[in-house]
Amino acid sequence: MVPIDYYVLLSAILFTIGALGVLIRRNALIIFMSVELMLNSANLVMVAFSSVLKSFSGQIFVFFVIAVAAAEVAVGLALIVEIFKSKRSIDVDQMNSMKG
Amino acid sequence: MNLDLILFLILALVAIGTALGMLISRNAVYSALFLVLNFVTVAVFYLLLGAPFIAMSQITVYAGAIMVLFLFVIMLLGAESLPNAEVLPWQRPFAITLAVILVGEAAYLLITRATIAADVPLPGAAPNTMVNIRELGLVLFSQYLLPFEVTSILLLVAMVGAIVLIRKEKRVG
Repeated sequence: MVPIDYYVLLSAILFTIGALGVLIRRNALIIFMSVELMLNSANLVMVAFSSVLKSFSGQIFVFFVIAVAAAEVAVGLALIVEIFKSKRSIDVDQMNSMKG
Repeated sequence: MNLDLILFLILALVAIGTALGMLISRNAVYSALFLVLNFVTVAVFYLLLGAPFIAMSQITVYAGAIMVLFLFVIMLLGAESLPNAEVLPWQRPFAITLAVILVGEAAYLLITRATIAADVPLPGAAPNTMVNIRELGLVLFSQYLLPFEVTSILLLVAMVGAIVLIRKEKRVG
């Protein structure tokens, strides 16, 4: 079996790639996908520790995280569509005023 | 070098490669497809860790529903790629430096911790996965019943919120 450290390191690398995506991309949809990647890396490490500790709590927490991520995506994509309708662009650099 | 380790290393390479592909693709559709592959790889990791229920939820909810929604919005908006605009010249090197620091910190903590507690047990698959899923369901619907119901309310609120955001404004008067 693979040591838990490898899973934690893999999760850290995936989380960092997600954070890098949020920092350097300007497309709002890709920033959103990077956030999903970060959520997913946190899920991976929770399942790994749940497997080490022989407890179901980690897996159940991951289940809730997946449900919350689905809710977040529904609302977030609705917001992006609405921003696109008013600004004709989803470049985050263009989103610099509160009033559409 | 046993079979599990080889499998882990190959899957880890695929996961990191697809995540980087998501990051650097110019076309948002390619990014979304790379992310689907990444989610499927993580689902295989869940299977390796003895969590088949979470693996199937991952594939149906993430790789299925969420990414289809993403692709739908990308194609609806026609936002595959952004027109070139001026970018901050220092932004990219600065962000990469911060990312290297972050992953270096994580690796440092991991290495120092590994010397302190080297006798953490190895993660392993449960012997009988069907019993595993049954017990998971029993815990979910007894100990975690209230959070489960709260999650259903959260999903309802998100659904109503998305519909209200997208709905056309009625002109009054």
